[in-house]
Amino acid sequence: MSTVDSPPAPASRTTRAAAATADYLDQRTGVGNAVKEFARKIFPDHWSFLLGEIALYSFVVLLISGTFLTMFFVPSMTEVHYHGPWAAMDGVQMSEAFASTLRLSFEVRGGLLMRQIHHWAALIFMASIVTHMMRVFFTGAFRKPRELNWLVGFTLMILGLLAGFSGYSLPDDVLSGNGLRIADGVARAIPIAGSYISFGLFGGEFPGMELIPRLFTVHILLIPALILALIGLHLLMVVLHKHTQYPGSGRTDKNVVGYPLFPVYVAKAGGFFFVVFAVIALMAATMTINPVWNYGPFDPGVVGAGAQPDWYMLFLEGGLRLMPGWEFVIGQYTISMNILIPGVIIPGLLFTVLALWPFIEAAATGDKREHHVLDRPRNAPFRTAFGVAYLTSFSILVLAGSNDLIATHFHLSINDITWTFRVLFFVAPPLAFWITKRICLSLQRKDRELVLHGHETGRIVRFASGEYIEVHKPLDAHERWLRVQHEPRRPIEIEPAEDSRGVRRKGYRLDAAKRRLSKLFYEDRVEPVTPAELVAAQSHGSHDALPLAPEEHREELTAGASGSRHLAPEPEDTEGTQRH
Amino acid sequence: MSTHHDPSTDLTTRDGAPLPERFEDPGLHEHRARVGDSDPKAQKRAERQVVVLFAISILGSIGAVVAYALVPPGETVGSMRMSNLLLGLALFLGLAGIGLAAVHWAKALMNDHERAEDRHPTATSEPVRVKAVEALREGVKDSSIGRRGVLKGAMVTSLALFPLGIAVPLVGNLGGDWDVSASKRTLWRRGVRLTIDPSGRPIKASDVTIGSAFHVIPENLEEAEHPLDEKAKAVVLMVRMDPRDLKSEQGEGWSYDGIVAFSKICTHVGCPVALYEQQTHHILCPCHQSTFDASDSAKVVFGPAHRPLPQLPITVDDEGYLVAQDGFDTPIGPSFWERLT
Ligand code: HEM
Ligand code: FES
Repeated sequence: MSTVDSPPAPASRTTRAAAATADYLDQRTGVGNAVKEFARKIFPDHWSFLLGEIALYSFVVLLISGTFLTMFFVPSMTEVHYHGPWAAMDGVQMSEAFASTLRLSFEVRGGLLMRQIHHWAALIFMASIVTHMMRVFFTGAFRKPRELNWLVGFTLMILGLLAGFSGYSLPDDVLSGNGLRIADGVARAIPIAGSYISFGLFGGEFPGMELIPRLFTVHILLIPALILALIGLHLLMVVLHKHTQYPGSGRTDKNVVGYPLFPVYVAKAGGFFFVVFAVIALMAATMTINPVWNYGPFDPGVVGAGAQPDWYMLFLEGGLRLMPGWEFVIGQYTISMNILIPGVIIPGLLFTVLALWPFIEAAATGDKREHHVLDRPRNAPFRTAFGVAYLTSFSILVLAGSNDLIATHFHLSINDITWTFRVLFFVAPPLAFWITKRICLSLQRKDRELVLHGHETGRIVRFASGEYIEVHKPLDAHERWLRVQHEPRRPIEIEPAEDSRGVRRKGYRLDAAKRRLSKLFYEDRVEPVTPAELVAAQSHGSHDALPLAPEEHREELTAGASGSRHLAPEPEDTEGTQRH
Repeated sequence: MSTHHDPSTDLTTRDGAPLPERFEDPGLHEHRARVGDSDPKAQKRAERQVVVLFAISILGSIGAVVAYALVPPGETVGSMRMSNLLLGLALFLGLAGIGLAAVHWAKALMNDHERAEDRHPTATSEPVRVKAVEALREGVKDSSIGRRGVLKGAMVTSLALFPLGIAVPLVGNLGGDWDVSASKRTLWRRGVRLTIDPSGRPIKASDVTIGSAFHVIPENLEEAEHPLDEKAKAVVLMVRMDPRDLKSEQGEGWSYDGIVAFSKICTHVGCPVALYEQQTHHILCPCHQSTFDASDSAKVVFGPAHRPLPQLPITVDDEGYLVAQDGFDTPIGPSFWERLT
């Protein structure tokens, strides 16, 4: 069947040509069905939805610039003596990989631009993946039915790290060579298999002759293919689930509000690809990155001070720097906790929690329904606080990975900085958690206050009785809805340990654990205003003309949190935060 | 601060009827037309802007070809930068023009009516699900896999085993000769001269002044089968201090007149420890700042390393050149499981 009829009105040449092409294709592929489905598909609009798009587009830029590089890069560790335009390296012994990188930079016209585009695109790729992940986390977009897509995204992030590390190592310069040496050291610390893992990676002893060719295959074939396949799956699921949307009037879990894919999104997204590519090209044109001609080729006896890996590897580097030198020997066997803890255990824990978060939260919430309307971060205080604490520990590791730069820049002692970070690593995340949770709860209280009492107008009215009051402008229905649309989340209730006949129930222990988790998440909370509370507040407000002291007043405004089931508020209850 | 309400937007209570537990969604905002929507002049203007943006892109792309032809990277960092800058800026214009034109077109000229579309539950509807389960059940019955236990076992086993034909040769070859004990051996042995990295010149003890540091490789490095692999294990940092400053060494008589030599491979994760502070006699690893005291058996004074840098016992030969008394007596570099075996 054909969905593309020729237009009734006299059509322009382009329109007629397009219609003819569409008809040709449809008669051979039946693509009309898909076009009908997709062309007017609705996508919601928000700036934060662009983060994932940036990741996608910078990946495309990586594919384009990477393919250019493969034409001139020589993935070989054979040693040669350099003779070329870069006089500083004349006669220096280096691998063919490094020599070809110099050639790319100095002799291939546009080669340096492509190298710099590739490297900047890699940094932007990782940065956008991470911020995209933060968006998904803080808005709760990972909830049912999107848990599996969270896992796909998580895997993409890990693959991005591997892609970056393998690519960074390819030029075989002294900086990346020492990065590989560190990777070798970490691999060897793994109990029992360590030496074999290292030999397996390097094809024998470090550095060997195999590594660059192997990394090349991994970097240009294996990982990009996996990333491409997973991006496909990721986007397929986005289409299947339809995009989430931010809360607002008219937006529910049963609809999706936005603009049609064609033409608005095609134009905006297509245009945005060019904008992202343009920004990367501008960065590559004006900002030098990885000037390997200054570093020199890899040499196992040379190292530069102040060397830094790319930002997404800094957290590992920071962990290695902070860890005290714990190592012990059992029998004849050495266990290097100073490497295993920061190199394997901490990243393992951080990443496992991240990957499993949707399932942890689902267990705490006990909610089996689908969610398509996003959370405002304040309305999920535990999750938001946890996310901020997580980012805090990650950032401390990143900063610790630059402790030498911090030391020289601010003229501090490395010793003091390291100790400060060691303490902060344990103290700062809980503190960040606590502060963030307080902030979320008070933002929620502020929302309640606004709903109950409206905007302050600054307009003072004098009554005939001589009394002054400030006029408050109530929220309109849309403003109000944004602040009351979310469901209150309460700790789950579980069935008692014993049934009516006093028999111990199977599965009670698991339930009790879930209940404890749930209480941890939802015990402290502020619930949205109910219609009853609003009515009560309004009558209260217009009858009680006596101005209150601001402090008492604030407490009273939040008092209704517990009154959700009652028609009248309980003015005695001044606890804004509920505890069970 | 008391409140006063305009009753028109207030929630009205129907007499006696209980209030709902939650508020009701007021529904979508009303659509507001843009200025341009009803103004053909504004539309014309937007159209012209889009055309100009596309034109900028065209000029940029032509500029890139011109820059390619006229500005080669040349011999210096300056000329290389210039070539990069011009080509890059031209490419930027070529891309940015298209991008901004498309976005502007979408925002200014395409319709901006928000629409709502229904969502359906992700799970399939009950009848479809029943049919799917039925189809699977029939298939299973057809193959009668349920009843043929041996067949099932044979199939699963053969499927599980077939990758071995690929994986075993792959993994088997990955590590070369798998002689992991090689990492415990270095080129240093009795009588091997200490030479300067990278020139390979031997070093006379008398040429080493107090306070100086030398980057050292063994004299036989170039003859080795894999010089780089050997270098990665054999590099040594040698320093000379006043013999009275030398508090301890790892073996009796391993130094020569205040000259001490240590493996340069950090015992943390293996970076070369290349920085020496002559006042404190500290050797510093720039990777994670492990600090070793050269005057005190290279003990760790700070940082994540656990063990001292292994010391190379040295002396001088008949001609006054520095030589090794022997190889290292412990494996050099980072710790590993079977290090002590
Ligand atoms: C998947 C995401 C990718 C990331 C994160 C990434 C990252 C990197 C990085 C950071 C470098 C070092 C660049 C430098 O400063 O010299 C690099 C080098 C390289 N990449 Fe990629 N890359 C990716 C995909 C690709 C693809 C798809 C190809 C080829 C089709 C490719 C081909 C190359 C080549 C040939 C080099 C070495 C050339 C050189 O360093 O000058 N990359 N990559
Ligand atoms: S490698 Fe030397 S401190 Fe880590």
